[in-house]
Amino acid sequence: MGNEAMARGLVEAGVTLAASYPGTPASEILQAVPGLAREAGIALHAEWSVNEKVAYETALANSMSGRRSAVSMKQVGLNVASDPFMRSAYLGVKGGLVVIAADDPGPHSSQTEQDSRFFAMFAKIPVLDPSSPREAKAMVGQALRLSEKYEIPVMLRPTTRVCHARQNVPLFEPQRLERTAHFEKNPGRWCATPQYLRELHRLLNQKIAEIALEEEFYPVLTPGDDSFPGVCLIASGVALAHTWDLLEEMDLLRRVDLYQVNLPYPLHRHFISHIKLHYQRVLVLEETYPVMEMQLAGDQVQGRNTKTVPGEGELTPQVLRQVLERFLNLPPAASAAPPAGEATRPTLCAGCAHRAAFYAIRETFPEGIFPSDIGCYTLGLNLGAVDTCHCMGAGISQAAGFYRAFAAAGEKVPTIVATIGDSTFFHAGVPALINAVFHQARFILVILDNATTAMTGHQPTPEKGLTAGGQQAHPVFMTDLVRACGVRFLKEADPYDIPGFVSLLQEADRYCRGADGGVAVIIAKHLCILDREARKAQPAWEICVTEDCTGCRHCLDDFECPALHLDEATYQVVIDRARCSGCGVCVHVCPVGAIEARVTK
Amino acid sequence: MKQQIIVSGLGGQGALTLTRLLAEAAAALDLEVLTSETHGMAQRGGTVISMIKVGPFRGPLIPPGRADVGLFLALKNLAVHRLYLKHDAAVFVNSPVPGDFQNIDAQGLARQMGAAVAANLILLGFAAAREGLFCGVELMEDLIREKLPPRFRETNLQAFRLGVAAAG
Repeated sequence: MGNEAMARGLVEAGVTLAASYPGTPASEILQAVPGLAREAGIALHAEWSVNEKVAYETALANSMSGRRSAVSMKQVGLNVASDPFMRSAYLGVKGGLVVIAADDPGPHSSQTEQDSRFFAMFAKIPVLDPSSPREAKAMVGQALRLSEKYEIPVMLRPTTRVCHARQNVPLFEPQRLERTAHFEKNPGRWCATPQYLRELHRLLNQKIAEIALEEEFYPVLTPGDDSFPGVCLIASGVALAHTWDLLEEMDLLRRVDLYQVNLPYPLHRHFISHIKLHYQRVLVLEETYPVMEMQLAGDQVQGRNTKTVPGEGELTPQVLRQVLERFLNLPPAASAAPPAGEATRPTLCAGCAHRAAFYAIRETFPEGIFPSDIGCYTLGLNLGAVDTCHCMGAGISQAAGFYRAFAAAGEKVPTIVATIGDSTFFHAGVPALINAVFHQARFILVILDNATTAMTGHQPTPEKGLTAGGQQAHPVFMTDLVRACGVRFLKEADPYDIPGFVSLLQEADRYCRGADGGVAVIIAKHLCILDREARKAQPAWEICVTEDCTGCRHCLDDFECPALHLDEATYQVVIDRARCSGCGVCVHVCPVGAIEARVTK
Repeated sequence: MKQQIIVSGLGGQGALTLTRLLAEAAAALDLEVLTSETHGMAQRGGTVISMIKVGPFRGPLIPPGRADVGLFLALKNLAVHRLYLKHDAAVFVNSPVPGDFQNIDAQGLARQMGAAVAANLILLGFAAAREGLFCGVELMEDLIREKLPPRFRETNLQAFRLGVAAAG
């Protein structure tokens, strides 16, 4: 997998510290690092940091100590790390620092389809754009060498189609740099106050100007045969790979000039003048924003800005084929029939405790407002128990904001129930909770604690007491944290017990509305059902639907367990034995008591 | 040698395992290979698709109308992903009811075996035995033995062989 290839690239390039926070499509990079380092006998510190900003700063200090470092994240993670990212361009690095920001054109599994190359351009940090797992792996070393030559962080920007592509890649002997940690104090640089920054900015501009002349990064030309005089295609990343395959399929490969750009920012200065001098019609193909197009800017240049290429969305072979046909004035090929069926939407797993918690919340407060957050539990929107999903930690601040909106307007405040996962709480929930408590907001916060980062592949949280490499560590307890945030109402409960959970929610609501009320926190504790051991350890009931089922659909529409189906013939609910986990929660859901749990073995 | 394969299913059905096995098979045969997978939210029971391109390709995606083989773990996905198939593509579907494709009730067979999650390997065995794939039955068996978790080895092999046997 592309992510594993980059992880191997980090090990081969002599990186001694890699930090990350999980997020699709970047999660498997750091996940693969400890194992690959161990296999190669390399001493390397790999960590799941509490968030991307922390990951970035940790890697940065390792680099300031002269050692090669890496930080990886998904594109919106870079938003969280943007503060250290921007400043590190000015102050620079010592040991090479590669920033892997994985983009998600489409998007497939993200809040935006923002282009991290644009962020790199904004920060004045060079960025490499691989078109395949093999290139991504090779570019790790390239990035670190460039980083050390100019003492500047270098971004490597793969996209989903590189991260989650598999390809055979060559392996090389890991470099053993044997560098000691050495931090040279230099307050004018490492503590740069405004008086130094103008000079540091001048130096940064000079570095970028010099990098824009690096021969190594002059775009690679696959020349045409004059079938299309004065015309060229310029592509980077996976758009180049798709374009290559399409041209081959259309019998146009090596008939039109095709440039592959590996370093889209800064674009090679001589390349820009060469293009302007030699071509009358230029098509730029890149994901997702017009980064190269803007640097090439000129009347002959077409791309996203000129609407020759759609302004949004992934550049799939389908999209690119139409763009190429139009640009090269070719007759359009017969287009494929659009899909006739609807894709199946994802849902919480059968037996997931989040479903139980959401069901209880929505049933208890049918008029409530439910801000939520980023994770598996965003799927609570299928249950009508998630009204907002913005960015990491936002649910808690939004709950406080909703409270203020209604309270200040002098209106009856509806019950506000924010939900957040345990990993997200550690990531960005803590400052939001301190703020809400201090400013006397009144809402219920349900922390959905399944003891893992489930959505991205079960990375451990600080409460788990396990490091990325699988070593034991002292856990940081959620309850301690919540209390330290100033919360005075804190209860833990297993949401499987729906009646108990409902009465707890009612108690929390009374607290919120009491004379001395505030933020009420309930930790909904139940291990992730995908945790094999946990699943084995919990009782599994044999669930049966009796003849009393009226086919009212309440359990199907409002509980949405994938193990419950409606038998069209009898118009009664049936249990899908292959999917049912035997959790027994649905017993509490049926309004006529037609679902029964029987003891098995 | 060029072959383009799509594996279509629902999150949790094991489309990724089939993708990995097919990629390993290509590597074992010294063929170039590129795959593309669905990760993230859709893995929670949503529609997923993997693409496997064997041969000298550079991009991991298959354009519409270009796939030589389709492995469908869910019948209802046929409507969603059929557009990727060539007109004469070999199409293998996990379905108790026949259609304009080669069907096998992989789910039913897996349930009988007592391993509902192994339907993916039953479908793979079926397709390999019908000679729909660039690689043969024996190589696949070796890879299931070597590359998949040892504690499910016997179940996986049994499922795969069940699919092979059903191919007749």
